[in-house]
Amino acid sequence: MNLSILLNQLVNGLQSGSVFALVALGYSMVYGIIKLLNFAHGDIIMVGAYAAWMCMANFGLHPLLSAAAAVVVSTLVGMSIEKVAYSPLRSAPRLSLLITAIGISYLLENGFQLIFGSGAKNVAKYVAPLTSGPSLRLGTVQISFTALITIGTTLLSMVALTLLVKRTRLGKAMRAVSEDMGAAQLMGISLNRTISFTFAVGSALAGIASVLYICAYPQASPTMGSMLGLKAFVAAVLGGIGSIPGAMVGGFAIGIVEALVSAAGLSTWKDGVTFAILILVLLIKPTGFFGRRAIEKV
Amino acid sequence: MKAGIRLSTPARYGINTLLLAGLLGLLLALSFAGVITSYYSKVLMLAGINIILTVSLNMVTGYLGQLPLGHAGFMAVGAYTGGIFLKAVEDISASSGGIYYVMILAALMLSGLAAMVCGVLIGIPVLRLRGDYLAIITLGFGEIIRIIITNIDSVLGFKLTYGADGLKRIPKFSTLTIVFLAVAVTCFLIHTVMKSRHGRAILAIRDNEIAAESCGVNVTFYKVFAFAMSAFFAGVAGCLYSGYIGSLQPSVFDFMRSIEILVMVVLGGMGSMLGSVVSATVLTILPEALRGFDDYRTVIYSLTLVLMMIFRPKGLMGSYDFSMGRALEKLLGGIRALLAKAGGRSERGGKKA
Repeated sequence: MNLSILLNQLVNGLQSGSVFALVALGYSMVYGIIKLLNFAHGDIIMVGAYAAWMCMANFGLHPLLSAAAAVVVSTLVGMSIEKVAYSPLRSAPRLSLLITAIGISYLLENGFQLIFGSGAKNVAKYVAPLTSGPSLRLGTVQISFTALITIGTTLLSMVALTLLVKRTRLGKAMRAVSEDMGAAQLMGISLNRTISFTFAVGSALAGIASVLYICAYPQASPTMGSMLGLKAFVAAVLGGIGSIPGAMVGGFAIGIVEALVSAAGLSTWKDGVTFAILILVLLIKPTGFFGRRAIEKV
Repeated sequence: MKAGIRLSTPARYGINTLLLAGLLGLLLALSFAGVITSYYSKVLMLAGINIILTVSLNMVTGYLGQLPLGHAGFMAVGAYTGGIFLKAVEDISASSGGIYYVMILAALMLSGLAAMVCGVLIGIPVLRLRGDYLAIITLGFGEIIRIIITNIDSVLGFKLTYGADGLKRIPKFSTLTIVFLAVAVTCFLIHTVMKSRHGRAILAIRDNEIAAESCGVNVTFYKVFAFAMSAFFAGVAGCLYSGYIGSLQPSVFDFMRSIEILVMVVLGGMGSMLGSVVSATVLTILPEALRGFDDYRTVIYSLTLVLMMIFRPKGLMGSYDFSMGRALEKLLGGIRALLAKAGGRSERGGKKA
């Protein structure tokens, strides 16, 4: 394999890794705050993609407006899922919560399949204004306009998220609740509002990811979110679940590994490699790159 | 007034065996008489296979309190092992009656063992993890199995699983009798294990892992044990499935299949064998019985999961289990009390301890 192919694949990896990273952030934040593995998170992307498709195809909105609509719809759906399905189970065993999340995930997938049909919706002609632009050429490496947009948007979102979590009162509340839910409540932090806000932020990021995803692979289908969500989860575990920088690094790492595996001509094994990474990480270092070791108290 | 009648253990086993034999006899008689047509017997066989899958998943979900999401993976291992084995020995087994059944038994055992080996392999790393990680690692494992089955031929250089085209022309050996016996043996073995000290150890781990460990329960051993046993029966069910359907595609054993089994467990009640049997039967027959239901089936399944967790997390049966022996004891006790009243010998009514 010569160097320029390798570098081009690295760029591809960074592009798909950006989407993984954005989705992984949602997993990680929700896990950090209520210790729930939100299986439905991947399907929020699907909801966002369909929202964008609806806006562009049925209402004829400009792609940028549609993108904004997708983010808003994802956010609302994410928040309502939390209100309807997860908040009644706040004191239930973790297993019930996990099964509910799986149920919601499949409800979304099958519900959308029932409403919109199982076929994929092609959005190529609608997103064209977003994806057609000058590509960047660095020596032999070609970076497409879509890749530039994707990586740029992701980095911007990450900076915004970091500022939100580190600098604002709500961010401080989020960190406090994930540190110790009981103590945070005693300090006067509204649990419901904080959890709701976390879901909103996570789902908004998923909405952004959905727009970036359909720019790169211009179609929307009911099951598009499930594998993407699982891989993003692997990314979150790799980086250390509950850790925000971990999710970012993990996402990029998974994207690059997948691109390299494909470049080596083993693209049919791509998904297998991702899950093998998951199992290896859990075996060798279950806390991931940045995770903290949780001490279990009796 | 409680008349305590206790049946001895052999008597209970005797009664249950008789009942099972009677049920099998009834099924066979009905199919001979033509009441159970070949279509009905197909549905019943599928229900039986689903019962085995559900009861075996219930062992890990209901009794051990973990959530594996790769049950279809174990089923796939069993199905392919059984299918490949039966294709290989097709000539031998076709020759005579006795050897045919030995070969089927060998196929079932082999599939179970292959799945069990996978269960142990996945069980050991899983021990280091709790709850959610276990769910995701088994999910990953199930997907890896599927990817391996799809792509292994190109690595091996010869046709073993026939990749995405599917393994075809597997001898269709599954009959109503074989499936029925397999269901009975599965339920019996899991029930016996759960009533033994090993079963109590598994329940203790579910209720509180740390407390169980401090009471001297070998948590590591029992987790792998329950996992391996569950995988074994999933493998057996897979083998029966391959003999029922006659051809296998890797896409059959996807994540949705695992979820379907989980829905059956949750609906019946986690930790209730009767619940598993009933819900597996109902959820297999329902889509067949209701025309047009199939379109909505998956939506209803997922809604059921969510609604059950919110409103009745224990499942329909909770952890209630039916015991023929106990029911008979109650019945006999009632009859005896009535007799005692009628005969005016009320002094014997509540005596016997």
